[in-house]
Amino acid sequence: MSHAVDPLLVLVLLVNFFILGTSRLRAVITGSALQGVLLGLLVVLVHGGLGLQSAAVAIATIVIKGTLIPALLHRAMRDAEIRREIEPLIGYVASLLLGAAATGAAVLFARVLPLAPEHVGSLLVPASLATVLTGFLVLCTRRKAITQVVGYLVLENGVFIMGLCLLDAMPFLVEVGVLLDLLVAVFGIGIIINHITREFSSLDTARLSALRE
Amino acid sequence: MAIALVLVPLALAAVAFAIPSGRWRPWSLPAGGAVHLVLVLLALRRPVVAAFDGWLFLDPLGRLILGFLSLLFFLCAAYAPGYLALRPARSNRLFCTCLLTFLGTMTLITESHHLGLMWVAVETTALVSAPLLYFNRNHRSLEATWKYLLIGSVGIALALLGSLFLAYAAFRSGLHTSLRFEDLVREAPQLSRPWLHAAFVLLLVGYGTKMGLAPMHTWKPDAYGESPGLVGALLAGGLTSCAFLALLRFYQICAAAGDVTFVRQVMIVIGLLSMAVAGVFMAQQRDFKRMLAYSSVEHMGILVLGMGIGGAAVFGALLHLINNGLTKVVLFLSAGNIHRSYGSKLSTHVSGALRRVPVSGALFLAGFFAITGSPPFGLFLSEFTILRAAIDSGQFVVGASFLAILFVVFVGMGATVLSVVQGEPPQTTQPNAFHDSFLMVGPAAACLALVLLLGVYIPPPLNGLLQNAASFLDGGR
Repeated sequence: MSHAVDPLLVLVLLVNFFILGTSRLRAVITGSALQGVLLGLLVVLVHGGLGLQSAAVAIATIVIKGTLIPALLHRAMRDAEIRREIEPLIGYVASLLLGAAATGAAVLFARVLPLAPEHVGSLLVPASLATVLTGFLVLCTRRKAITQVVGYLVLENGVFIMGLCLLDAMPFLVEVGVLLDLLVAVFGIGIIINHITREFSSLDTARLSALRE
Repeated sequence: MAIALVLVPLALAAVAFAIPSGRWRPWSLPAGGAVHLVLVLLALRRPVVAAFDGWLFLDPLGRLILGFLSLLFFLCAAYAPGYLALRPARSNRLFCTCLLTFLGTMTLITESHHLGLMWVAVETTALVSAPLLYFNRNHRSLEATWKYLLIGSVGIALALLGSLFLAYAAFRSGLHTSLRFEDLVREAPQLSRPWLHAAFVLLLVGYGTKMGLAPMHTWKPDAYGESPGLVGALLAGGLTSCAFLALLRFYQICAAAGDVTFVRQVMIVIGLLSMAVAGVFMAQQRDFKRMLAYSSVEHMGILVLGMGIGGAAVFGALLHLINNGLTKVVLFLSAGNIHRSYGSKLSTHVSGALRRVPVSGALFLAGFFAITGSPPFGLFLSEFTILRAAIDSGQFVVGASFLAILFVVFVGMGATVLSVVQGEPPQTTQPNAFHDSFLMVGPAAACLALVLLLGVYIPPPLNGLLQNAASFLDGGR
């Protein structure tokens, strides 16, 4: 494993905070794209060099998480003509504080877990858990459909970091299958967002409340 | 053979997409279902069905569930041409293509012996079902599809994390890191326990979301309530069974690790909770399609509870999976017919279904008695097997709670169902062109006949499949 892994993971964590602290949708989407690119680089660094398989996974990650999905979200944002997240359920400062608490908890929790010797002291597992928790936080506290999707993407990025610990468990085909499913999911969600915009003239998911007991 | 079972439905989906005529395209569904059913029956006669170095392998559990899914799909598909003929204004190209793709990916789930591949298959199945939910293209189905996609995607992401934790449990112990099912079962006793427990909890939440176990069931009433009855039947009988199969794979790994006590306790709690939550929401439920969704939550709870009780209840749970799936077809299809006829699915607007659509109304009523476990239907037998196993193993509190909740459900569901089928049809809604034709009631009637048959007699081939699957789950003992 390369020495550049931990600094890159720190960057991923910083992007988490950036996403938690901003209201501009364009910035939030760009943040998730940046995370996608960082994850692609991490694939190469963690796997130590450019094997054919790791290069292919890295390229697929950068293309799908770093460009295609953000492009889909940007288009949905343009169609909806909205720029900002309005009235999140909890404020941005509070989100940042909660994010910091979640990251701290992830680091502490990873210390308690029985890690394999090569991962003791590495940031891989704590960064994974912290990113999953950040994704949850964004998903639960934001009201615009697009921001919620970004929350889901951040959560998925956290899962992806966990996958970096395990070289052999996820063969190439499965890894690409996971990425393609993610792409199709966001594509489908993008279509739904588009229809929500047209039908409700708003992307506020609080309006989606006809179905309840 | 293993590959053909997956590829044939996918190829037929492409054919369905290419058929230009919207009138003839729906017939590709029963045709595709019949071809698949024949292939599955041929495959079940073979001793070994495998491909790709064991990545695809039809084990006894997979055989049972694949056979069941294929039959379920065929019966639902037989309903499709009649239903789609009632909706000539909607293009059915995407609908038919997605349905056949759905069949292909469900088959892949039953065959997957690599947990990563299985995850991809489950997620793909969920994704191709989203356009099916959105068939009606209105506000309500839009909201339902949004919730289905978002909640489902988050849940399934947690299942992926759980699968990775499982691989890490092997990695931590210095074992060969692999997500192949055989490897994990073989190495199970040496897996790192804390990671195994964490993995199981994440997987239960993840695949439990897909199954619709409480408290992760919130998408279910919306999705089943707003989609066509045909889709509701396939999701409630098919996709949930696949998610249950995914859970069973992890149950087996935990059992092989000698850790089954922990798993069973969690399953009993989640099972009873799902049943109780469903029972509460079913009472006073005016929307009869949402009521069926809660009934699905309840029966998913029964399946998990049966696994949690263990022993003979494992056989009971597997039998219950089949009974529940078939009965859900009866209920969703007849409820869909009643919905078509009245233009409403609220019990306040619908009454006298036995008079206006006598066959659908009678099927709905009979389906209600079947799903609540009244004799002589199959569910009585499977629920009784689970109950007896609970009492035989001394879990009296569990057995008593199980019975009490079943009673509450019977009363709550009965109030809605009886007000729908009895009385006079309201004068305010004029009868429309819908009537009980053979195509619209035949499949549901066939399912009801099967459920009735299973209540009095389990055919030897099915009994063999069930016994093999149950002993396979118990680790071959």
